[in-house]
Amino acid sequence: MSAEAVVFYLFAAITVLSAAVVVLARSLIYCAFALLFTFFGVAGLYVLLGADFLAATQLLIYVGGILVLLLFGVMLTHKLYDLDLRSEVTQFPAGIIVAGGLFAILAATALRTRWATGAGRPPSATTAEIGKLFMTQYLLPFEAASILLLVALMGAAMIVRRKKDA
Amino acid sequence: MIALQHYLIVSAALFSLGMLGILTRRNAVNVLMGVELVLNSANLNLVAFSRFGSGNLQGQLFAVFVIVIAAAEVAVALAIVLTLYRLRRTPNLDDADILRG
Repeated sequence: MSAEAVVFYLFAAITVLSAAVVVLARSLIYCAFALLFTFFGVAGLYVLLGADFLAATQLLIYVGGILVLLLFGVMLTHKLYDLDLRSEVTQFPAGIIVAGGLFAILAATALRTRWATGAGRPPSATTAEIGKLFMTQYLLPFEAASILLLVALMGAAMIVRRKKDA
Repeated sequence: MIALQHYLIVSAALFSLGMLGILTRRNAVNVLMGVELVLNSANLNLVAFSRFGSGNLQGQLFAVFVIVIAAAEVAVALAIVLTLYRLRRTPNLDDADILRG
C-alpha cells in the first residue's frame, strides 16, 4: 500500500467511525466531541484531495464556529444541573433500514457508474486562485452569500429575542 | 492508488449516517448534527469531483458556498431550538406539535 492509501484509509476510518459515534452515542456531549473528529477527518481528506484552502476553512468554520454553536445549543437547551445530557432514539430499526438501503444504493451507484474523470487537478496551492475566482467570475454569488449571512444572523437574533410585552 | 470511487464511498457512508441521525434522534440539536454530517458528505463529493474531474476549481468554490449556508443554517436553527425550549421546556422535536406560538 502506498503512503497515500495509508493516509486515506486512516482519515476515512476517523471520519466514518466518529460519524457513527455521533449518530449512535447516548450522551449529547459525546456526540458533539465525536463530531469534532468527523470534521477533522473530512479536513484531512480535503488535504489529500489538494484542497488546502478548503481544509483550513473547514477547521476554522466547522470546528471553530459551528461546533461551538452546537455545544452552546446543547448547554442552553438543558437544565444546568442535568449532568447526563441524554438524547433519546426513536424508530431505530426503521431508520437503520432506510439508512442502510440508502448507503447500498449510493455505493452501488458510485461503483457502477463510469464517471467522466478527466485529467484531474494536480495538487497545488488553491487559495490565490479561489480568491481570484471569487472576485471575478463568482462575484455575484459571493455578494449574495454575504447578504445571506447578514440576514441569517439578524434573523437569528430576532427569533431568540424576548418580546418586551410578553 | 486512491481513486474517485473511494471518496464517493466514504461520502455515501457519511450521508447515510447523517440520515440515520436525522431520522432516529429526538433531540433537535442532535438532528442538527446529522444535518451537518449530510452537508459534509456533499462537500466531500464536490471536492472529490473537483480533484478527479476536469481539473477546475468550481467544485471547491461550491463547497465554500455550502459551508457558508451551513453556518447560516445552524445559526437560525439554533435560534428556533432555543425559542422552542423557552416555550415548551424541552429540546425534543416530538413535543413541538402545536401550531400556535
